[in-house]
Amino acid sequence: MSKHHVSTPINGEPVEFLCESQLTLLDVLRDELHMTGSKEGCSSGDCGACSVTVDGRLVCSCLMLAVEAEGHAIETIEGMAHGNDLHPLQRKFLEHAALQCGFCTPGLLVAAKALLDRNPSPTETEARYWLAGNLCRCTGYDKVIRAVLDAAAEMRGE
Amino acid sequence: MLAYTAPTTVEDAVRALAGASGIAKILSGGTDLLVQLRSGRAKPDLIVDIKKIPGISGVRERDGGFVIGAATPGAVIGEHEGLRGAWPGIVEAANLIGSTQIQGRATLAGNLCNASPAADSVPALIAARATCVVAGPNGRREVPVESIVTGPGRTSLGRDEFIGAFHLPKRPPRSADAYLRFIPRTEMDIAVVGVGVNVTLDAGGVCTDARVVLGAVAPTAILVVEAAAALVGRKLDETALDALDQAAQRACKPIDDKRGTIEYRTKVAGVMARRTATIAYERASQR
Repeated sequence: MSKHHVSTPINGEPVEFLCESQLTLLDVLRDELHMTGSKEGCSSGDCGACSVTVDGRLVCSCLMLAVEAEGHAIETIEGMAHGNDLHPLQRKFLEHAALQCGFCTPGLLVAAKALLDRNPSPTETEARYWLAGNLCRCTGYDKVIRAVLDAAAEMRGE
Repeated sequence: MLAYTAPTTVEDAVRALAGASGIAKILSGGTDLLVQLRSGRAKPDLIVDIKKIPGISGVRERDGGFVIGAATPGAVIGEHEGLRGAWPGIVEAANLIGSTQIQGRATLAGNLCNASPAADSVPALIAARATCVVAGPNGRREVPVESIVTGPGRTSLGRDEFIGAFHLPKRPPRSADAYLRFIPRTEMDIAVVGVGVNVTLDAGGVCTDARVVLGAVAPTAILVVEAAAALVGRKLDETALDALDQAAQRACKPIDDKRGTIEYRTKVAGVMARRTATIAYERASQR
């Protein structure tokens, strides 16, 4: 059986790839396109380490077939910084030491950006519920939440 | 080797299902299917992705009620103001499923057809008298949601049939629904007990119609006629709540598992029925 030909903008750049039916979007991002920022944690949609957005909607790239990406705009962690200019969320994660091992960090950043794109002034409760699908076994989440709320305040110009 | 097709009409999707040599699976949100592919629990030969069928995703109002496309993700359901206002119980049930990421993909049709006894949206849909439009080789048929699931992991759908949409009826005045589930944490868990209640009141606050549906306490969600009868003809006083509690407990046929014993699930079903009915009643009396 022939492979599927898929065209999709990833982080605003047109990308084409060939894939077999059973491959997930995460498989193709990491193994075909060598975009290894999105991590494979659980492969069952529980941990959020593979978070990306599809047409602006936050999803787990391990729970989506690569062939489904055809014609939909994908954003990954690789699109977050502009050259050496970190996104405010990335800077605040560093300032607040909101990471230890770093495995969950790309997914948390992508998920937090999706939150702030939708809601520039989340409450702490809203941020905690929104990010509940991103598991972190190191930080205990407090620093992550502080970093997200601080980044939101900076992005609002406060 | 696994094949994938994304038909652009309902008829082509039915033809793909009917013509599959081996096992065919419908893909919409994929939040159950991809996990099952990975674990080997599902070994399809063909995946039929229905999301390229025009109109299969989205919520629209029709004849005072609503049509929810089969491939509509939970997040889109939660963002629809009209639906949130008219059917808060269905929206809260749909939005309880999984994380933000899961809500970006998971659908009501998938939750129903995965046929878990603990599916959150199913009791709410049945309480609402929701119907589903089933597409198949002989055209379309509209059936009540409660006719779909026949047991854990089993549905009444033919191998060449799939759900295209859900219909929610027009709401009478002073009516509302609610869904509550019990889990031992605050977020992202599988229901120990789920309860959907839909009530209609008269101008004096007396219940004229009720539907009470329990989830996770039997092989399928169960419509408990005796529990609804405990509410009808009364205001929501202690007598009505006691009768509701007892009727809900009597209807339970749960299993013992790591999430709860038979005794525990049965007791909690009564408590959750009281709480859910109280919320539905309060919402209805404010309309």
